[in-house]
Amino acid sequence: MTSAVLPHGAVPPPVARRTPVRVLPGFNLTLGFTVFYLCLIVLIPLSALLFKTFTLTWPQFWEAVTGPRVLASYRLTFGASFIAAMVNVVFGLLVAWVLVRYSFPGKKIVDALVDLPFALPTAVAGISLTALLAGNGWIGQFLEPHGIQLAFNPNGIVIALIFIGLPFVVRTVQPVLEDAEKELEEAATCLGATRWQTFSRVVFPSIAPALLTGFAMAFARAVGEYGSVIFIAGNMPMVSEITPLIIISKLEQYDYAGATAVATVMLVISFILLLVINGLQSWQRKRSAGNTQ
Amino acid sequence: MNQNNIRTAQRGTTEAPWVRYALTGIALVFMFLFLVLPLAAVATEALRKGWDAYAEALREPDAWSAIRLTFITALVAVPLNLVFGVAAAWCIAKYEFKGKSFLTTLIDLPFSVSPVVAGLIYVLVFGAQGWFGPWLAEHDIKIVFAVPGIILATIFVTFPFIARELIPLMQAQGNDEEQAAQVLGATGWQTFWYVTLPNIKWGLIYGVILCNARAMGEFGAVSVVSGHIRGQTNTMPLHVEILYNEYQSVAAFAVASLLALLALVTLAIKSVAEWRMESELKALAELPPERPTPARGATAGIAN
Amino acid sequence: MSIEIRNVNKHFGTFQALSDVNLDIASGELLALLGPSGCGKTTLLRIIAGLETPDTGSIHFSGEDTTDVHVRERNVGFVFQHYALFRHMSVFENVAFGLRVKPRGQRPSDAQIKQKVTDLLKLVQLDWLADRYPSQLSGGQRQRIALARALAVEPQVLLLDEPFGALDAKVRKELRRWLRRLHDELHVTSIFVTHDQEEALEVADRVVLMNKGVVEQSGSPQDVWDHPASPFVYGFLGDVNLFHGRAHEGLLHLDGVAIHTPEHADAQNAQAFAYVRPHDLDVQRYTPGASGIVATLSRAIVVGPIARLELLPVENNQPAGHDPLIEAQIPAQQFRELGFKEGETLVVSPRKARVFLQPQAS
Repeated sequence: MTSAVLPHGAVPPPVARRTPVRVLPGFNLTLGFTVFYLCLIVLIPLSALLFKTFTLTWPQFWEAVTGPRVLASYRLTFGASFIAAMVNVVFGLLVAWVLVRYSFPGKKIVDALVDLPFALPTAVAGISLTALLAGNGWIGQFLEPHGIQLAFNPNGIVIALIFIGLPFVVRTVQPVLEDAEKELEEAATCLGATRWQTFSRVVFPSIAPALLTGFAMAFARAVGEYGSVIFIAGNMPMVSEITPLIIISKLEQYDYAGATAVATVMLVISFILLLVINGLQSWQRKRSAGNTQ
Repeated sequence: MNQNNIRTAQRGTTEAPWVRYALTGIALVFMFLFLVLPLAAVATEALRKGWDAYAEALREPDAWSAIRLTFITALVAVPLNLVFGVAAAWCIAKYEFKGKSFLTTLIDLPFSVSPVVAGLIYVLVFGAQGWFGPWLAEHDIKIVFAVPGIILATIFVTFPFIARELIPLMQAQGNDEEQAAQVLGATGWQTFWYVTLPNIKWGLIYGVILCNARAMGEFGAVSVVSGHIRGQTNTMPLHVEILYNEYQSVAAFAVASLLALLALVTLAIKSVAEWRMESELKALAELPPERPTPARGATAGIAN
Repeated sequence: MSIEIRNVNKHFGTFQALSDVNLDIASGELLALLGPSGCGKTTLLRIIAGLETPDTGSIHFSGEDTTDVHVRERNVGFVFQHYALFRHMSVFENVAFGLRVKPRGQRPSDAQIKQKVTDLLKLVQLDWLADRYPSQLSGGQRQRIALARALAVEPQVLLLDEPFGALDAKVRKELRRWLRRLHDELHVTSIFVTHDQEEALEVADRVVLMNKGVVEQSGSPQDVWDHPASPFVYGFLGDVNLFHGRAHEGLLHLDGVAIHTPEHADAQNAQAFAYVRPHDLDVQRYTPGASGIVATLSRAIVVGPIARLELLPVENNQPAGHDPLIEAQIPAQQFRELGFKEGETLVVSPRKARVFLQPQAS
């Protein structure tokens, strides 16, 4: 290293504008691998789906996705998912509230148990719910004599979907409740609000985005659900047949085109739901960022 | 504020006791009905004919090949997804670049796609009528209706878990420590291995455990791809379905009980990992005290 | 090792962080980069370190162009604003890190590393903390460990980003003195960034004032205080009062007072403004016809040896939006002798002022 110093004020030859150098190494390697993996696992197979769909003519496509059985399955799938997600919103909020605000023996275990539907294989959930709700099951045996049948019909589907959607609402609302400022509630109380007024006017609006996000996530999961539903559903066409099952039965009959068509419809709806969820999540983040002043 | 006002104010920010008990009661009943009862049902049905029948069901050769296949699938899928998760989290959390949010959305995709659709797309690519079908038949390579297809479908459904866990964690931890390591002369690998990895340890464990649970329990996607060939292409969940449909209730629940046990172990490890992660994130956010209390048992000198 | 910065430009998105910065830093100097937030001082520091790259321009270490050299190879020591200690390593391992990651050929033996780390910890007077973890240290202790870690690799230049920003006032004062003494002992070329002018003036050999990405002035602390080169510098260092008036042929006319400004002898009725330090204001009781600005004493804060007076001019001829409040300082003794009361009318005249002409609108 020379000890020469550039004379003061000397101007070295001009250099063109540089591209910024990333200090932390590994950008190209990690980005390259990530994109490669995603292409291989996600993009190429998904594009196969789309290409296959394009081999159908429009009337063929339309016929495949709007046959009476298929339409009935849409009504069932989306209807049951909607009801189940709504139930989860109510009870999920309740469970989250109880876990955050109250203490009781065994709370830690209950908290861990909320994630059971995440961890339990769907097939296991399916057969155990069926065992519980069928005519000779622990719960079914009490309800069937009264004419309430919960297994092998749409009711069973709703119950299975409530099971698998529960953690979504609880886990989305819980952190928001934990971060909620007690001072806002105290201020409302000082100003004369009753507990219910404080909840409905102060607390609820601040957790509404999280509730909505949880609802959307539970709904999206329920729409695609297969394993926990097919055991308890009964699977009768036009009555208790869900859309994923239609795809499978078309596959078993080698009607690849028909299966692909219906799958495309489901995929498009998944995309839309994914975008909605992402939008809700960034709305929720913006809201909560404003609160932590 | 005098004492009375303070008490009233505190009463004002919590519900009346009867409300609290009622809400807690309803929540617990709901949880019991929907979560505890199904678990109990699995145990009861599996042992309905006693321990011998239970053990017999698990010793059956088809059950064993199902268990083996499930483990092989997880053994391949989870490490691959681990590498992906770490790579994706590194590039998303440490750098700014165009298309980052698109990449993140793409990673979230499997969560909203139905597992049946997930299985279908692999049939469309590798099946007999698929893109590579003729080429594969020519070379006598079986992907669909064989183990590779099962592994691929499982990878699709489980790859987001580790990435989604690490990305927010690494974003919260920031780049300062890695930059400090760079200034001190560490190479990229040294920086990752000595600085980043210890910091994300618990997030990694959390992600791996969830990924594994889902990989072993995946049903819909694998069902489409596997062909249900007994003894060869049945994972544990598929085997449960077959047994159940054949009215072999005890055997079905016996295999299911293993999966349920796995789920409980997953929950336990997950809770521990979650607790450790939370306490680390909290320590991050706290400002250092100016005069800290010395660590318990600390001695003044250092051992040389 | 000396540093030469030539024509450095840097922008982030649409924000121009640095505009054509030129600077020379002598070997062994302790330099302060001083300025308000957003002035570009941290960006400049990071460019010298190699953590950012300039859009155009170059950095030279002792005459050699290091602009394209990766930060790892530059052999600089950097102390981050929030310390960036490796939270899963003990204090000892933190300080040893730079030595442990050297390539095999250059890596010292374990015994040598132990010796060096122990010596450094003794230097920063924290050898008794070697087995602790960063979460068990106070802010001031973390700062010193971060410094020890940076020094372990024997850097040619030491760069500190707001080193005392996150600490409380008492600890800050102690560490300031300590840093100065450390520098006097080690003689490593050091640059630190701060927005605290007291810190810069107290610690550094030379102060470089920056504002909006441009170097406003560079000189010794005494220099920049006594001879501020621009309105920004004058306003940034110390308290100051700002008066608007008109300059004509060597005289600045404010309300009721004229100040000699020989440097503006050829000004023709130009708009001008004058900076006056609070202790350069003369405060007397009002008598009709007295020269000076007539003002009411709105508040007098007499704590310690100085009386700080807040005065509001009776006639406000300053431009709109300009706070007319005048701050004056006189010795508390004098205040008590003169016996001023709040609400009284007084007359204020500047003994000394620095006058700048309003830049001509082009």
